[in-house]
Amino acid sequence: MRKLRVVIAKPGLDGHDRGAKVIARALRDAGMEVIYTGLRQTPEQIVSAALQEDADVIGLSILSGAHNHIAPKLMELLKEKGLDDVLVVIGGIIPDVDIPKLKDIGVRGVFLPGTPMQDIIEFINTNARAHSAR
Amino acid sequence: MKSVAEPASKATQERAESFTTISGRRIERVYLPASVADLDYSRDIADPGEFPYTRGIHPTGYRGKLWTMRQFAGFGTPEETNERYKTLLSAGGTGLSVAFDLPTLMGRDPDHELSLGEVGKCGVNVTSLADMETLFEGIALGDITTSMTINSPAAMIFAMYLVVAEKQGASLKTLSGTIQNDILKEFIAQKEYIFPPRPSMRLITDVFAFCSKDVPKWNTISVSGYHIREAGATALQELAFTLRDGLEYVQWGVDAGLDVDDFVPRLSFFFNAHSDFFEEIAKYRAARQLWAHAMRERFGAKSDRSWKLRFHTQTAGVSLTAQQPYNNVVRTALQALSAVLGGTNSLHTNSLDEALALPTAEAATLALRTQQIIAHESGVTNTVDPLGGSYFVERLTKDMEDGALAYFDQIDKMGGMVEAIERGFPQKEIAESSYRFQQAVERKDKLIVGVNVHIQENEPPLEILYIDESASEKQLAKLERLKQTRNAGAVERALDALRTAARSERDNLMPPILDAVRAYATIGEMCDALRDVWGEYEEVPII
Repeated sequence: MRKLRVVIAKPGLDGHDRGAKVIARALRDAGMEVIYTGLRQTPEQIVSAALQEDADVIGLSILSGAHNHIAPKLMELLKEKGLDDVLVVIGGIIPDVDIPKLKDIGVRGVFLPGTPMQDIIEFINTNARAHSAR
Repeated sequence: MKSVAEPASKATQERAESFTTISGRRIERVYLPASVADLDYSRDIADPGEFPYTRGIHPTGYRGKLWTMRQFAGFGTPEETNERYKTLLSAGGTGLSVAFDLPTLMGRDPDHELSLGEVGKCGVNVTSLADMETLFEGIALGDITTSMTINSPAAMIFAMYLVVAEKQGASLKTLSGTIQNDILKEFIAQKEYIFPPRPSMRLITDVFAFCSKDVPKWNTISVSGYHIREAGATALQELAFTLRDGLEYVQWGVDAGLDVDDFVPRLSFFFNAHSDFFEEIAKYRAARQLWAHAMRERFGAKSDRSWKLRFHTQTAGVSLTAQQPYNNVVRTALQALSAVLGGTNSLHTNSLDEALALPTAEAATLALRTQQIIAHESGVTNTVDPLGGSYFVERLTKDMEDGALAYFDQIDKMGGMVEAIERGFPQKEIAESSYRFQQAVERKDKLIVGVNVHIQENEPPLEILYIDESASEKQLAKLERLKQTRNAGAVERALDALRTAARSERDNLMPPILDAVRAYATIGEMCDALRDVWGEYEEVPII
C-alpha cells in the first residue's frame, strides 16, 4: 500500500504557522507524504492542491476564528470535485460550540491546543485510507 | 573546588541526568563565585542607570516610576473596542494598546475576498480615518499614550492616528505612543507581510525621518522578539534575532542619511516573557548590555539615550493551555514577575482564556490585577534589580550575551538581516527549535501541567467571548456609506500622488499617506496603491 498523502494548508489571512509546520513535520516523521501549501490559501487553492497531489487527507490550521466561513466552503468544493472521500481535519483555536457544526458538514477531526501529536497521527492512520490514483 | 559536574553519588542522587531550561540550555547544580570569575562588576554589570545598563536604565528602578500597565485589546467594531478601552482606563490601566484584525493588518478592506470571516475576529477593524475617529471617541489622545500593533501598513494607521489627534487639538510635538512597525520579524515569524523586504524597509525609515522632525516623542518602532518566540524560537534566538533586527533598522536609518542620535532614542523593543523564570530575566538583562555596546561601539552613538534599551513585555501566549485554563493565571503571574525582575518598562499580562478565544472583560481585568498585585503587594519593586549579583543570574546573563554575539557574527557574514531572511536562515532556526520542543513535550522531557501531566477529564466548560459576524456586516455597511459620501476625486488624486511618491526613491512617503488619510482613502486602497508599485512578497515555505 502506498503512503498516506496529506495536504497541510493555512487558509485565511493569518500568518501564525507554528502549528501547521510542527504537525507537517510530525506526520512526515510518522511516515506520511506531506505537502505544505504555505500561507493564505483560499478554499479553491486548497482543493486544487488536494486534487493535484492526489491527497488522502487535508489538514487545515486555523487560529483566527474564520473556520465557520472557510470550512463550509471547502467541504462544498470537495463535494463538487468528487473528493468527498478525502479526510478533512482541522487544528487550531475553535470554540467548543462550533465543533458540532463542523462535524455536521463533514469535518471528521477537530484538534484543539495541547493535543498530543501522537493522537493526531493515530486518528489519521485509523480514519484515512490511501486510495489508488484517481 | 569540588566540581559541580561530578557524577552523582548515591548521596547526591538527582531526579534527572541533566537539567535544562525550556529552551534546552543546560543548567548546573549550583552556581558559585567561580562561575562568575570572568565578570568584572563595573565593566559587565555596573550600577543601575550606568553603562552597559545590565541592572536597568534608571538609577531608581521602579522606586522612581512603575512600569506602564498596558493591556493589548481590540475586537469587533471600533465602537465595541472604544467601550473596552474606556473600561480599561477606568480600571487603572495607564496606556492603551490596539489590537487590529487581520484584514487591517494585511491592508485589505472588509469587502476583499480574503477578508471573508476575518473582520473583527482577532482585533478591531479599522478601514479608514472614520473608524479611527470612532475608536478614540471620548479619549483625549494628548493625555494618554497608545501603542498600536501594526506592521506592514503601520505608516497608514499611524497617519490616521495623527489626523485624529490633530482634530482633537493635540500637539504632535508632545504626542506620545508606539507603533510596532517591525517588518523584519514578520518575515521571520509572524508572516503578516505585504510588500517585499526592501520597500518595506523604506516605509520604516520614512517613518523614522518624519517623526524625528514632526512627532519627536513618538516611538517609531517596537522591535519585536515576542512573535519570534511565539513561533518557537528559544530564549537565545529571540534575543539574538530581535537585537540583530534592531541593528538592521539602525543601519538602514544611517544609510538613509539620518544621524544615529536623532532617531535611535525613539526605537523601543518588545520581548516575550516565557515560563523559564531565570532564563527570561537573564535575557532582558543581556538585551540591555548588548544594545548599549552595539550603539556605542558599532554605530558610534554619543547620546546615552541611544544606548538605553527600553522594552515592553508580554507574557507568553503560546504557554497558555486550553486545558484547566485557570492554571494560566498562575503561569502569567510568574512570567510577569520575571519581566518585572528583568526591568521591563511596560507590560501586558495575558488573560486566562486566551488559548480559547479573545479574552472576556472579566478575564482581562484579572490579568491587569495580576500586574497590580506584583506592583503593590509583592515588594519586588522596593529595590532596583534585586537579582543583580546572583551567581546564577549573572552567569546566565553573560552566556546569553555571548550566544547572541555568535548569532550576530553569523548574520553579519550573510550580509545582514535582510539577506539572512531572504535565505530563510532565522526561519529555519526557529522551525527547528519549535519542532524540538514539541518532541520534548511528546516524550514528557518537558512537562506541561494539564497537558502531559496531571491531566483532568471532564473539565467544566469556560465561558468565552464569542465574536459573531455582526462586526463584519456593520463594517461592510460603513464602508459602503463612506464610499458614497467622500469626495471620490480627491481620493483618486491622493492615491495617484502616493503611487508617484513610491516610484521615486527620494520622497518621504508620510506626507502623501497623510493626504490620502485625510481624504478618507481606505487602508485597502492605500496598500493597493503601493502594491501596484512594489508588488507583494511571497515566501518559500520552510517546514
